[in-house]
Amino acid sequence: MSETQETSPERRKLLVRLSILLGSIGAALVAVPVAGFLLGPLFEPVARKWRAVGAVDRFEKGKTVEVKFEDASSVPWAGVTGNTAAWLRHEPGGQFIAFSVNCTHLGCPVRWLQDAELFMCPCHGGVYYKDGTVAAGPPPHPLIRYPVRVQDGQVEILTSPTPIT
Amino acid sequence: MRFFRQAWQWFDARTDASKVIGPVLKHPVPPHTGWMYVFGSATLFAFLIQVFTGIALATAYVSSSGQAYDSLQWITHEAFLGRLIRGMHYFGASAMVLLVGIHMIRTFLTGSYKFPRELNWVVGVVLLGLTVLMGFTGQLLRWDQNGVWSTIVAAEQAGRVPIIGPWIARLLMGGQTVGGATLSRFFAYHVFFIPAVIFAMIALHLGLVLRHGISEKPSASRPVDPGTYRAWYENMLKRDGVPFWPDAAWRDVVFGVLVVACVVFLAWRFGPPELTKPPDPTIVQAYPRPDWYLLWYFAVLAQLPHGTESYVIVGAPLVAGICLILLPLIFNRGQRAPMRRPWAMASIVIIVMSVGVLWVEGERSPWSPEFNAAALPPQVVQANGQAVNAQISQGAQLFHEKGCEYCHSVSGYGGHRGPDLTTAGDRLTKEQITLRILNGGYNMPAFSSSLKPDEVSALVAFVKSRSVSTVEGDK
Repeated sequence: MSETQETSPERRKLLVRLSILLGSIGAALVAVPVAGFLLGPLFEPVARKWRAVGAVDRFEKGKTVEVKFEDASSVPWAGVTGNTAAWLRHEPGGQFIAFSVNCTHLGCPVRWLQDAELFMCPCHGGVYYKDGTVAAGPPPHPLIRYPVRVQDGQVEILTSPTPIT
Repeated sequence: MRFFRQAWQWFDARTDASKVIGPVLKHPVPPHTGWMYVFGSATLFAFLIQVFTGIALATAYVSSSGQAYDSLQWITHEAFLGRLIRGMHYFGASAMVLLVGIHMIRTFLTGSYKFPRELNWVVGVVLLGLTVLMGFTGQLLRWDQNGVWSTIVAAEQAGRVPIIGPWIARLLMGGQTVGGATLSRFFAYHVFFIPAVIFAMIALHLGLVLRHGISEKPSASRPVDPGTYRAWYENMLKRDGVPFWPDAAWRDVVFGVLVVACVVFLAWRFGPPELTKPPDPTIVQAYPRPDWYLLWYFAVLAQLPHGTESYVIVGAPLVAGICLILLPLIFNRGQRAPMRRPWAMASIVIIVMSVGVLWVEGERSPWSPEFNAAALPPQVVQANGQAVNAQISQGAQLFHEKGCEYCHSVSGYGGHRGPDLTTAGDRLTKEQITLRILNGGYNMPAFSSSLKPDEVSALVAFVKSRSVSTVEGDK
């Protein structure tokens, strides 16, 4: 009881402020690393690797085929989700073009129709020509292209982040 | 029995549990609230189903991108009662979405969001959003092909948010692509983050119900006046109030148990949805679709005019959320009786009908190419029952091979994205058909670079041969 009487209003105000300050410091000591960990993907550098997808003579000129390769940032527990794909076109002139399989409308996987020479999206009906330009439907942009090169007789594609359009 | 009574008395003497629970259970509520007031508690029952079945599933589900699919297949097809538990979780989610919607409509139509229950409505709006988020993240946790592509679709939509969109997309995927970190994140959202917020919001929601009381049945002769309502409500409770338990709660129990029984029956009878193909992003033969409660939104995304998607994807949920939150803050007084609030009635009718129509459209998805369209049979190709010439036959074959049939229907065969061509020959000249095939048009690609002259002629001849007489010939 005597303790209560001895606590002056100024001292009580100080104790309140001290408690709030210390509590905030304690909360920040936990919150900052947790928030940093959760936001980690924003700070990771973009991982990009050249992946070989096959010998040059495996790809017929004038044709577009699906190629599969390992994602650059794959982790051991990713399983099949560590893989990714692209549409690879071998132009009659010999050069290669690699397209993302993601529709630029909402990211669904586009299919290549060889006879029609069109890419078509199953979700909302986006259509692209063989050069990736928009032919019809809601896509706002052409198909995203991946860097591609020929190295030691092998066609290589530079892995890229999922295109967010 | 005596032992249990003594045990309870011992426990109660040390905890005062009956002094805490008793007044809550027996607090007075308005009389004659009826069956319209059972949907809130039924939503809570559905949520509890989700909690218990979710905990059970979490004991066997492996939240690893590489193993989740197989673990869910094992739960569904091999684990003892696994199919039933997964089915209950699926139908429980459907029940929760449905009931939270009905509860919200009832609250809106009876004006129960008005003074002094404005904050309870706002908390309810937050709970509605969290319920939809739980549904969506739960769909992704199936981690089949549909789950993987739905994640990418979600990231793409998040990416439309100005400035910070790409960051949100990256956080959703847990990296630059869908992969090892993605599923773990969604598992944490679905099992820890969102449920924790839901528990807190439900506590606040129920606390506010106790604080302000259940709204009485609306009466046209008693509009809400914030200046006098509280005093009137307290007097009404003192005069006519009945104890919540059991006078009002028995209906909640009856309806809640009915909901549980329906969920268990549906799970037992139909089971959970089968998983689609494995979550391999290289399998591009995919057909991503949301669960039924988001099919209407899927239809909205398909119907938007070109160039407006980004505004609608970001703006529409924002505007809808702001309107719902502002509703009780702006209209917190006045009439509560539904029949005296024609605009409230009309808006509900319009919203329900619009969502219903969009839902049916989402289910039909006429904008999606019909990749599985079979080649036109001879009886459709031949005109008027007579043998057709070689050019028309070739045109029919090209119609299938060149993908025309994916978007155009002829005599019931093919897709519905483009106009039905069953009788196109009656309304279009050869020149018009040729121009459209070569140059394309709105929502149709140009085929001038992928068709040879003789192929164009054959296609035109085939389309021109489609007429009413052809259809009659089919019969």
